[in-house]
Amino acid sequence: MKSRHKKLALIGGAVAIIGIIAALVLNALNSNIALYITPTEVAAGKAPKDKLFRIGGLVKDGSIQRQADGVTISFAITDTEKEIPVHYKGILPDLFKEGKGAVAQGKLTAEGTFMATEVLAKHDENYMPPEAAKAVDDAQARAAGKHVSPSSSGDKPKASY
Amino acid sequence: MIPELGHFALILAVLVALILGTLPLLGAHSNRQAWVALARPATSALALLVTFSFACLTQSFVTSDFSVLYVAQHSNSLLPLQYRVAAVWGGHEGSLLLWMLMLTWWAFAVAMLSRQLPEAMVARVLGTLGLVAFGFLLFILITSSPFERLLPAAAEGKDLNPLLQDFGLVIHPPLLYMGYVGFSVAFAFAIAALLSGQLDAAWARWSRPWTTAAWVFLTLGIAMGSWWAYYELGWGGWWFWDPVENASFMPWLIGTALIHSLAVTEKRGSFKNWTVLLAISAFSLSLLGTFLVRSGVLTSVHAFATDPARGIFILIFLVAVIGTSLALFAWRAPKVGLGGRFGLVSRESLLLTNNVLLVVACATVLLGTLYPLLIDALGVGKISVGPPYFNAVFVPVMSPILFLMGAAPFARWKEASIPEIARTVRWAMLAAALVAIALPLLYGQWSALTALGILLAAWVTFTTLTAFVQRVQHTRAGQSFASAALKQPRSFVGMCIAHFGIAVFVIGVTMVNSFQDEKDIKMAPGETVNVAGYSFTFNGVKSVQGPNYTAAQGDFDLAVNGKFQRKMNPEKRNYASSGMPMTEAAIDAGFLRDVYVSLGEPIDRDRPEAEWAVRVYYKPFVDWIWAGCVLMALGGLLALLDRRYRAKSRASASVKIPAGTQQA
Repeated sequence: MKSRHKKLALIGGAVAIIGIIAALVLNALNSNIALYITPTEVAAGKAPKDKLFRIGGLVKDGSIQRQADGVTISFAITDTEKEIPVHYKGILPDLFKEGKGAVAQGKLTAEGTFMATEVLAKHDENYMPPEAAKAVDDAQARAAGKHVSPSSSGDKPKASY
Repeated sequence: MIPELGHFALILAVLVALILGTLPLLGAHSNRQAWVALARPATSALALLVTFSFACLTQSFVTSDFSVLYVAQHSNSLLPLQYRVAAVWGGHEGSLLLWMLMLTWWAFAVAMLSRQLPEAMVARVLGTLGLVAFGFLLFILITSSPFERLLPAAAEGKDLNPLLQDFGLVIHPPLLYMGYVGFSVAFAFAIAALLSGQLDAAWARWSRPWTTAAWVFLTLGIAMGSWWAYYELGWGGWWFWDPVENASFMPWLIGTALIHSLAVTEKRGSFKNWTVLLAISAFSLSLLGTFLVRSGVLTSVHAFATDPARGIFILIFLVAVIGTSLALFAWRAPKVGLGGRFGLVSRESLLLTNNVLLVVACATVLLGTLYPLLIDALGVGKISVGPPYFNAVFVPVMSPILFLMGAAPFARWKEASIPEIARTVRWAMLAAALVAIALPLLYGQWSALTALGILLAAWVTFTTLTAFVQRVQHTRAGQSFASAALKQPRSFVGMCIAHFGIAVFVIGVTMVNSFQDEKDIKMAPGETVNVAGYSFTFNGVKSVQGPNYTAAQGDFDLAVNGKFQRKMNPEKRNYASSGMPMTEAAIDAGFLRDVYVSLGEPIDRDRPEAEWAVRVYYKPFVDWIWAGCVLMALGGLLALLDRRYRAKSRASASVKIPAGTQQA
């Protein structure tokens, strides 16, 4: 092969490979992104249908219920304004507690129940997933705007130290 | 008093780092011997000061001095001594000090083991490390001093996060940081080469053992973290594509590319610019990892509740380091030159292809990790990129890498012929195909993806074996095969072992993904559950008292075909000081499989003696994943000990100093 042909072959090959990889990446990215939706947005019907998404917020006090099979659990995730019922089958992470922040990934049924395939865990007790914190902060900001008097931040996630 | 001494030592260290980061560099530039000669003593002083400071913090932990805020937050008087020591790096401030400690020790090792190097080069390398140390020391002092006092002193400490009270924590962060920080040496060598414009085979030979050493530590650190997550978190997974895991994996991918690129630069003088760029990238990604973990911008299991000021400082530091080095690269790279030419099919071209593919793999991980941040920053919404993305992208990118990995050792330098390579490896190909067809069938279920994994692993194994045998035959010259095999250079044997480690790793990943089985189930005492031919009988739980926790300890009988094998005792712990629950899985590890039981929760909280939610796993070949990593690290270690480094420079002894650090 002449050196010019060689160069052409090299460039052609490189372009083809980059094209394939880019297509691969975009395709994978497109089908594997989960949007974060707050409970208020879900209640307003803004959740995608038949597509995975994540919701974040606080696990509502007194909402955890165990089904007869022992490993299916239902609870509610709330941003202090609206709450969404969640179903999850499996063992929950250690730090999953009522009144604490949580993030769940799954799909919404036609009846408005969130079927979670994954409930996110965390390492640090005081750490609040930013998405959960944001959902609660947004809801409280809206509440504060309505009632004029700033709400006491009893539920509000506190920084660690 | 002791914390103040530690703090004072850090302040002195900043000044020393500033001197180290300026005078030797200027001295090397303007040829002032006195300034150049400052590099080694300044490095020693820096290492001494930071080590002293670290010792002060350790002392505060050992004596449980709760008048120090950081100690009060991360320790407890009930905490056993080994965890009190490990708690030094159990939080943000202390882990940064550990980072710093590692950096100064690496610099000290370079200072001690570089007698063969030209003085100007040593001054530039140590000066660059001094600048990095200066930035980090400032960061520690301004935003994250571990020596801040808490007045009045706390009566009792908050305790170390229970997840971290484990042997894994004692060694995972130090190993990982040794790797992360170790790339700073490769980075400093690259900067020194750019500054001097001198980049030749000798340069590559000097920086090679340092890069390999860092890579060995990083490999072990990542493997250790993965193993720890597997047995400690009780989720049975070994890799979650968590942003922080990705942050350690990206420098590993680039580091792997760098090791191979350096080999070519040393042997053939090619890839010079590319090597420098990789060295800069590897360290930049290490810094990026630190930023991601420390800034709290990510949703991650590793994230700490953090102060945004820290994130901004690291971001500025990151931009300064990457910006300056890339600008330097753009300015000086033409002077360094591309190096030797090579043919379209040659060992160089195959290595280059694999290098590019590794960089692509790293880029896809980077994209998946940063994409959510980008979307968030643009205000479009919050998203997460899940493991399926990484799996979907990684398999197609890694497959050609593994294929070329098998073929490359048979390609000649400069110009190779494909038919010749094909002839040499045809038996290896055939054997690999047979194994790929047979093994999945043996496990009862054949699928294309499983077969592909096995095919690639077997291909790498057989080609590596062929390469080894071929080389021994060539160099035999009348000796017996065994004695010739023992006389092979360590770097070659190391390469074979590391490549074999990859194959072992791939088998582990493929088998566990294809054939694992899991059950989440409610169990009452006396009940039995079957998973993959193993039966677990639950005999109830009893209460157990630990040093700083109480636990519900499950009692399970593991049996195969009705024959009792052993007891398994998973625990659900409750830590006294923090009230935090923790799952401690029981694992029966074996050569061909692990079985794994962990306790979920009691179905009725008030009746822990009754039913529990239980998770049972069967994990075929899962230990091969970590065994493969250990083999890779072992291969790297052997390469590091190769005679030629000792003959021409004493850098090979570099491994001795880092090894001693593990007792810290």
